[in-house]
Amino acid sequence: MLRSAFRGGIHPPDMKQATAGRAIERAPVPERLVVPASQHIGACCEPTVEPGQRVRRGQIIASIDAFVSAPVHSPVDGEVADVGECLTAAGMRVPAVTITPDAEQDFESWEPVEGGEPAAVVRSAGIVGMGGATFPSAVKLSPPKEFTLTTVILNGCECEPYLTCDHRLMLESPERVLRGGRIMQEALGAKRLVIGIESNKPDAARAMKTAAHGTGAEVVVLPTKYPQGAEKQLIWAILRTEVPHGKLPAAVGALVHNVGTAAAIADAVDLRKPLMERVVTVTGRVARPGNYLVVLGTLVRDLIETAGGFVGEVERVIAGGPMTGPALGSLDVPVTKGMSGIVVLGPGDAAAPVDADQPCIRCGRCSEACPMFLQPFAIGTYANARLWDRTEQVHALDCIECGACAYVCPTRRPLVQLIRLAKAELTARGVRP
Amino acid sequence: MNEAARQHRLVVAAPPHVHGPGSCRSIMLWVVGALAPAALWSVVQMGSPALITYGVCIGTALAVEAAWNALARKPQTVTDGSALVTGLLLAMSLPPLTPWWISAVGAAVAIVLGKMVFGGLGWNLFNPALVGRAFVVLSWGGVLSKLPSKGWFRAIDVAGSGSLDAISGATRLAIAAADRAAKGGYRFDLAAQYQPLLFRNLEGSLGEVSAALLILGGLVLIWRRIIDWRIPVGYAGAMAALSWAFGSDPIFNVLAGGVLLGAFFMATDYVSSPMVPNARLVYGIGCGVFNAVGRFFGSMPEATTFAILFMNGLAPLLDKIFMPRTFGWVKRNG
Repeated sequence: MLRSAFRGGIHPPDMKQATAGRAIERAPVPERLVVPASQHIGACCEPTVEPGQRVRRGQIIASIDAFVSAPVHSPVDGEVADVGECLTAAGMRVPAVTITPDAEQDFESWEPVEGGEPAAVVRSAGIVGMGGATFPSAVKLSPPKEFTLTTVILNGCECEPYLTCDHRLMLESPERVLRGGRIMQEALGAKRLVIGIESNKPDAARAMKTAAHGTGAEVVVLPTKYPQGAEKQLIWAILRTEVPHGKLPAAVGALVHNVGTAAAIADAVDLRKPLMERVVTVTGRVARPGNYLVVLGTLVRDLIETAGGFVGEVERVIAGGPMTGPALGSLDVPVTKGMSGIVVLGPGDAAAPVDADQPCIRCGRCSEACPMFLQPFAIGTYANARLWDRTEQVHALDCIECGACAYVCPTRRPLVQLIRLAKAELTARGVRP
Repeated sequence: MNEAARQHRLVVAAPPHVHGPGSCRSIMLWVVGALAPAALWSVVQMGSPALITYGVCIGTALAVEAAWNALARKPQTVTDGSALVTGLLLAMSLPPLTPWWISAVGAAVAIVLGKMVFGGLGWNLFNPALVGRAFVVLSWGGVLSKLPSKGWFRAIDVAGSGSLDAISGATRLAIAAADRAAKGGYRFDLAAQYQPLLFRNLEGSLGEVSAALLILGGLVLIWRRIIDWRIPVGYAGAMAALSWAFGSDPIFNVLAGGVLLGAFFMATDYVSSPMVPNARLVYGIGCGVFNAVGRFFGSMPEATTFAILFMNGLAPLLDKIFMPRTFGWVKRNG
């Protein structure tokens, strides 16, 4: 059954054909890993190891005693070469542990473990939202008492162009994904477990349906439309209810987790395996586009080598999908828990940067595309004029920064940046959504 | 510092890194393309006077915009296509024998007073082509309405039995208006005029030669999602409904005069029309209502220009009234 989509949205070419058919393969461990102490939203961890110290795969190397945080584990057996700082894909400088991995690595020795309270296990395993938001998963598994959670939704939409890591994961490990969903459903006492998948991944939907057969979990195929994987739009598509302005999804009884996160939770609870590696789609202008299982801390430079290096002229290297991911200024940034893809674009693949401020011609396409029913042109115009109160009146804070407005704007106004500016200004003034 | 990055000159830009098809220029060119069949047909029918009017209007519009930007030391915008559309629309709203200097003044006024003084494309409250047309109609209305007939400008055979010299030069619309004012019933069957109005109407302005070609162009723009169907449908629907209510032929009144050119190509101008879907429908209906009221009760049978300009002025208000709610801002009753 195909549900109708949310209102608004766009249909960018999905560009997934280069990697959708490539089975996940393990990327070689590079000679040096740079593991940031902060790979999540929330309090930054502090390194707990010293240079020269031996570390084992799965050992905690950075942590902090804060509720909204997630510890960081060594992804390999090796030796700490340095404890310092590194640049992240988001352009921030954070504490980081540099590790020299051993020549031989044992990736397989995980024994099944019974019992354990899921929220605590997930917390100590350092699991965060792997769709890109990197919100610590344990926090979502410990909802405030006033909420009754009825539905756990697994997000297998993967609506960003180019990315196929979730697609391959659902296709190759549907049981792990489903198991993670089951663990959350039981832990929260939710009635329903729903997996939402976009219609452009029929093989993944079939695999998940087969795995879900007889378990009571539902697989829902959703129209291919960006941003179908945005939390509020996904909840609407499945529950036909809007998350109220300024509230969490829990307010409507829903909890959304990325399918990669679900698989990681299954590994954490069943094997006590921390989050140390993830699937990354490397695609675009590289020799061997594919879906690679990468140990965290691998530098993008090394990952691109794994994918055969650049092909032809390269203009942008994007961490994540092209709709929301930052373009990297340096390839010496590490793969982190939330990095779902490296998309290499050349001249002509990417939109040309706009050099001057272009006029809004009031065509209304941004309003039509906005999945939050905002008037992006209005926020942009007010932000340009520094009329911050007006940006609040037109609900700038409800923007989810999906970029659909900027994608359709015929004069290529930098609408997302203008709206982010407005949001930053309003937040600084203490305005809450 | 970073070899690969330097070697490849990595561009650091904010997302989204991909952009949909369509630019300001491509939209403008689609509008020109949609108008082209009707414009070319008018040239075929009316010959060199039509060509001169098109040439003067478009040439002046482009030259004036280029000159304005040069004098004001602003970035050159003449290539964005909007001046081309303005010049073309103005020409199509004028009779073919319009003296060239009137066409030139109209185009210059359209660009300067209609657009550039507001800050250029995107900032004007009124449709530039209609501002230009309103200016020349108010200034030289007598000249425009008494243009001589040439050989190609046929007398209208209202009786269906040979030419009537007495009314040669007057448009079907003017004759119908005179008949309505005289209250003696129409001298001719309005329904019999559908076919000439649709395919080969050699009276009035250049844009009135073929209603069918205008409808075709308008449907292409709706199909390409360049214009919103709500404006032309609201406009033509209101015009037809009121014509019927006032005891005249609804189809004749939609086909005659500038209604179709206005409904598909003038009222749908992005900058001067509302953006909110419901506001667009109300705006379209408003245009049709004022056009009908002007036609049936005003001094000019041709009321399109001022109907649209009036609704242009109301567009920001309509946007405000019909602003949709934001996602999540719905009242929840448990």
